[in-house]
Amino acid sequence: MRKEIRLSGYGGQGLILAGIILAEAAMRDGYEVVQSQSYGPEARGGASRAEVIISDEPIDYPKVTSPDVLLLMSDQACKRFAGSACEGGTVIVDSGLVTSVPETPGIVHEFPITDMAVEATGRSISANVVALGVLNTVAGLVSPESLKKAVSARVPRGTGEINLAALGAGIAASEAAGVG
Amino acid sequence: MPGRKGRDLRLLQGNECCAEAAILAGCTFFAGYPITPSTEIAEILSEKLPQVGGHFIQMEDEIASIAAVIGASLTGAKSMTATSGPGFSLKQENIGFASFTEIPCVIVNVQRTGPSTGLPTAPAQADLMQARWGTHGDHPIVALYPSTVPEVFDLTVKAFNISERLRVPVILLMDEVVGHMREKVEIPHVSDIEIINRPRPDVPPEKYLPYAAGPDGVPPMAPFGTGYRWHVTGLYHDETGFPTTAAPNADRQMKRLYAKIESAAEEITFTSEESLDDAEIVVVACGITARSARRGVRLARERGIKAGMLQLKTIWPFPYGIIGDIAGRVEKIIVAEMNMGQLIGEVERAACGKCEVVGYSRVDGEPIAPAEIVAKIEEV
Repeated sequence: MRKEIRLSGYGGQGLILAGIILAEAAMRDGYEVVQSQSYGPEARGGASRAEVIISDEPIDYPKVTSPDVLLLMSDQACKRFAGSACEGGTVIVDSGLVTSVPETPGIVHEFPITDMAVEATGRSISANVVALGVLNTVAGLVSPESLKKAVSARVPRGTGEINLAALGAGIAASEAAGVG
Repeated sequence: MPGRKGRDLRLLQGNECCAEAAILAGCTFFAGYPITPSTEIAEILSEKLPQVGGHFIQMEDEIASIAAVIGASLTGAKSMTATSGPGFSLKQENIGFASFTEIPCVIVNVQRTGPSTGLPTAPAQADLMQARWGTHGDHPIVALYPSTVPEVFDLTVKAFNISERLRVPVILLMDEVVGHMREKVEIPHVSDIEIINRPRPDVPPEKYLPYAAGPDGVPPMAPFGTGYRWHVTGLYHDETGFPTTAAPNADRQMKRLYAKIESAAEEITFTSEESLDDAEIVVVACGITARSARRGVRLARERGIKAGMLQLKTIWPFPYGIIGDIAGRVEKIIVAEMNMGQLIGEVERAACGKCEVVGYSRVDGEPIAPAEIVAKIEEV
């Protein structure tokens, strides 16, 4: 088993932290894991992506080539990465931010992730953790318990409750949509 | 697959792991000047070194940083600095000084695409020769090169140990990709980590000859501030440490410096291999490219090609013997590297015409993908 996950959007959305949380959860589940990232020179607003590989064997090549799970959190990310998803892969789109989803070999699931974050926590900045709740429920990558523990371990001090609420909102919405 | 109880498993970035390993190896002094993609090493050590009674100094530039590292090492502290390409260039003169005066120190170079400011801060493997020959004059040097975050831990500890044991600057070459990726690392208990300290004099200060070496070619080193007074100079010097221009001394000194590394070469040469036993085509690579090569070789095997790979974790001293042996029993060696061809020259030298050696270079700031390795294996 080797699962490739790409989280893409723009700087400031917390996608790298989301990648670290997912990787940490996978490690807690006993998997081999690699997390990497790529971002432009800007602190906010530029293209940003985080990548995670989860495997039950040692991971040789550590870069994502054809993601099994793809998160698209901006139009720019859609243009660049929608086509990179593997055939039949899981593609999660923030339908509140993305104006039109380009062609993709994956299966698209649309959720208004950032709007859901505002609704659940009052803060759009928790969209990264809502997205984790959604994509893990849809794709079944790691155990929900490990994901919760990883969120608590990695989010900034004092934001644990808010982020657990965000995670719960993502899980609940995808379960309600019947894709979990 | 739950983790075993009592194991210290952590998700660490390569740079973070380097800093953790340095402290466990006994590093108590870091001087540096921040530069991407190495900055996290300085950042983390600025927080952690004071917690273990060590010292962190951000100097005014890279030249001052390596100078401070050499000074700290003279007082007995295990010392390190970390930088990237342009900063590594600036440190070169003093790396030569440390090599010639036999001051232990560890220099981390998390490489980025050069020359000059280059492609900040895309990965490249183009400082292999600079690690060996960046400073002027003949000089001994050791360079280690990890490809995974767990290897960063292992080779950082080894870098300190080798530096201390042989009194030689050790370069830890890292790829940007490895410095910034996070992987699962099992941190050993401190009592399970082999730590080597520099040889100390067993004579009183008045009898101490600072450059009188034992049979292993390594002179015992007295820390400054303990009553031992000795002279340190970048001029050729005799056993007293004072300068001399005598030709026989110069010859003896240079040859001893080379011999101390050569005599330890076997124990400081680290490699890893995949499917070498019956291989007809072997890929030689280091750092991140070794991981692509490993994957590429596995894919080629699935297609029925007898491919194998050799990863060099020690690049200097170069393992001429190991590669020479391989060259004698395979048809072709492919050298894959993210530069215009640096490793390949040494591989050709080692292969001595016993097999064909072909290169595969990528220099656009992107790592070599496994598919490229497979294509090259099929092509040759």
